[in-house]
Amino acid sequence: MSRHVVATAQEIPPGGRKLVMVRGRPIAIFNLDGEYYGMLNRCPHQGGPMCEGLITGLREAKQPGEYVYSRKGEILRCPWHGWEFDIKTGQSYCEPERIRTRTYPVEVEAGTKVVAGPYVAETIPVSVEERYLVVEM
Amino acid sequence: MNVEVRSLPTQDAPAASRIAVGDGDIHPARSGAKDFHPWLSKRWVEHLEQYGSPSRQGWQAGPAYPKSQPNASRRDAYPPEGGRPGSSLSFMQQQHLDPNNVELGILNPLGSGQGVQNPELSAALCHATNEWQLAEWTSKDSRLKASVVVPYEDAIASAAEIRRYADNPAFVQVLMLSRTAEPLGSRKYWPIYEAAAEVGMPVGVHAFGYGGNPVTPGGWPSYYIEEMTGHSQCQQAGLTSLIVEGVFERFLGLKMVMIEAGFAWAPSLAWRLDKHWRTLRSETPHLKRLPSEYMREFVWWTTQPMEEPEPREHLLDTMNWMGWDRLIFATDYPHWDFDDPVHALPLRISEAQRRAFFLGNARNVYRGCAG
Amino acid sequence: MAGRVPGSDDAMSQWPSGAIDCDIHPSVPSVEALMPYLEDHWREQVIIRGIDELNTISYPLNSPLTCRADWRPKQGRAASTIEMVRAQALDPFGTSIAIANCLYGVQLLFSEDMAAAFARAVNDWMAKEWLDRDPRLRASIVVPIQNAEMAVDEIERCAQDKRFVQVLLLVMGDTPLGRRHHWPIYAAAERHGLAVGVHAGSAYHNPPTPVGWPSYYTEDYVGQAQAFQTQLTSLICEGVFNKFPNLKVVLLESGFTWLPAHLWRLTKYWRGLRMEIPWVDRAPMDIVRSNVRLSLQPVDGPPDRESLLRIMDHMQSDELLLFSTDYPHYQFDGTAAIPEGLPAELVRKIMVDNPRATYARLMEPVA
Repeated sequence: MSRHVVATAQEIPPGGRKLVMVRGRPIAIFNLDGEYYGMLNRCPHQGGPMCEGLITGLREAKQPGEYVYSRKGEILRCPWHGWEFDIKTGQSYCEPERIRTRTYPVEVEAGTKVVAGPYVAETIPVSVEERYLVVEM
Repeated sequence: MNVEVRSLPTQDAPAASRIAVGDGDIHPARSGAKDFHPWLSKRWVEHLEQYGSPSRQGWQAGPAYPKSQPNASRRDAYPPEGGRPGSSLSFMQQQHLDPNNVELGILNPLGSGQGVQNPELSAALCHATNEWQLAEWTSKDSRLKASVVVPYEDAIASAAEIRRYADNPAFVQVLMLSRTAEPLGSRKYWPIYEAAAEVGMPVGVHAFGYGGNPVTPGGWPSYYIEEMTGHSQCQQAGLTSLIVEGVFERFLGLKMVMIEAGFAWAPSLAWRLDKHWRTLRSETPHLKRLPSEYMREFVWWTTQPMEEPEPREHLLDTMNWMGWDRLIFATDYPHWDFDDPVHALPLRISEAQRRAFFLGNARNVYRGCAG
Repeated sequence: MAGRVPGSDDAMSQWPSGAIDCDIHPSVPSVEALMPYLEDHWREQVIIRGIDELNTISYPLNSPLTCRADWRPKQGRAASTIEMVRAQALDPFGTSIAIANCLYGVQLLFSEDMAAAFARAVNDWMAKEWLDRDPRLRASIVVPIQNAEMAVDEIERCAQDKRFVQVLLLVMGDTPLGRRHHWPIYAAAERHGLAVGVHAGSAYHNPPTPVGWPSYYTEDYVGQAQAFQTQLTSLICEGVFNKFPNLKVVLLESGFTWLPAHLWRLTKYWRGLRMEIPWVDRAPMDIVRSNVRLSLQPVDGPPDRESLLRIMDHMQSDELLLFSTDYPHYQFDGTAAIPEGLPAELVRKIMVDNPRATYARLMEPVA
């Protein structure tokens, strides 16, 4: 496992996303209200590019005719077949026990810490003043 | 390094190392109403502006059951230069034809005036679509082949349109939709089959259309998911009609391709038809063979949306029952329920089966496409 | 073993005792037979208006499928007397219980009131002329689906007679069976422990295929399977089994080999379209396993035993099938109601265990 700097924190505002490559793997990074989450950019179904999916809320129902809406902005729909994934956990919503997508923890590190190491800064040049997103893989 | 969202290809393996495929179901789209104007008379241009082109359903624009995604398309299929998914040849080449190594792509243009209430308008729009396919698609990429889009509720006009392209090798198929006003085998449609068989083109029946009948035999369902699932039942009914009405007994050179309704329903339908036809055969003296035999000889299926049983190996039983020569791989690009050629068939099959499935069968079925 | 005919073939001799036949069709011999059970107004309407038979085109009276040749009486209608039914449907199979589904065309009527009157008459006729005459018989309640409230009234009325074990609906009506305006019927059925039987046939208020009216009866009959597929989709997607978790729906004379492919397709779409029907929180196969059953005949199966075992494997549950003869419809010869080559344990489940588990009221003592 190694830690990779992939972007500055500023590059992905709340509600935003960015596609990065880490060790040859495409990772979609999302900013949900200041928290960052990483997800492999391949849907576990047929490999659709998750980063191009729509971000929505969640609808659940105990009964027919009910549409209980929650978690606005936290659900990702695969741009192909519309499978829904919890951005924070990678869990699918149709069969949460069986289907999930691969997630990667993303941390925010101050520039000073990054410069000190042991980060693999293969992505962008780092400076002490900024904050950086770091993916462990 | 960081990359922008767009420039990353969706697949990793280079095209050349991937098996060549045929795609039995590609949907080119117009970017706007004006795309057809070069081939529409002033009368129809004005008519469209004032009255539109209603089908046998109630919306001025849009389908009876709202789709789950705009244009029923993949969200990553919007061309960077703008326009609807499927409207840009260059983007289709870049996103689909090139990386997926598509050697033979069959165009099935939808929203082309088929089933439109006004029969003359329907014929005009279908003809414009056919000319548009030539001008904008098949003349610019030789991998792509066209379907003769016909105003099928007027079989005489349809037969004329088919014969118009009898000598144009860009056209390899006749296209109908599955939700017709009467079942496909009805004599009403026979001139279409006669003309198709005469010019050597298979008739592809693509899911959708509005014939005016409720989309289930028990009335109109509530949900889009029911409509989508129901294409299987519509195709089964159409195929039953083709067989029982004796279309394959009458037009021996005819081939039918059932498009975009899956295929795993076929074995059970064949068994059911055989069983009950045997009991009721006095009703249909014109049929000389078992229904399943007609199915086995005259009918093919495009594979999308490929069924996904668990365990996946159950699908091998289905394919063995149907025959490996019956299946034509298709992606349905750019629609959302797209089947990706790399992932769609995660089964251990022989080289010969793989080649037939992905390309060989298509080359045998579409006119003039034998490799 | 009860009811075993001496000299019956080998296959039958291995059948368990206590077989439960979930689909037989005693027939109304003529509208006259119902007259004693119609109220004064309706009885006279029949005479004034010359209302003839209510025979639907779902079963043309003399078609080879409607009645097996050796079951056809020289005179009168097939399956119209208790003697015929005993000798042809019950005794030869060692049947201990048989559920009668009357297919008289009540549901085709457009007038709700007339439909309700004939429903009442058919149910009373069934109780008096059949259930009273043989303790092996049970029946489904014929309801005027044209009006859900009236249908519920009829269910409430007949449910008191424990020999009624099911509510009978046709697979093709005016609107899909999952739609909410049908739900009072399901509520009443669930309340009384009645199964809901969806039987082949149409009210013909819509074309009997989703692509219009066919030319041949063969198409109509084969097309029943597609109707069952769309109705199963409707019941699942509309959340009928969420709302009525204890409801058992039985697909009668539906065929069954279409089920695996249909569920593969529905499940695939559900995974991406869950947002439209968020109350469907279990895979369709799981819902079928808990709430849906299918009668055995007709076996729309492949010609070879190996393939039949494969398709049964695809069904992924040995609890789905319920034994039936579909008497007097012609689905098999002799007593070959059970396909050859099925494991004995499965045969037992089909013939006894699964029906018992499905029809709770079978276990209740009758008066």
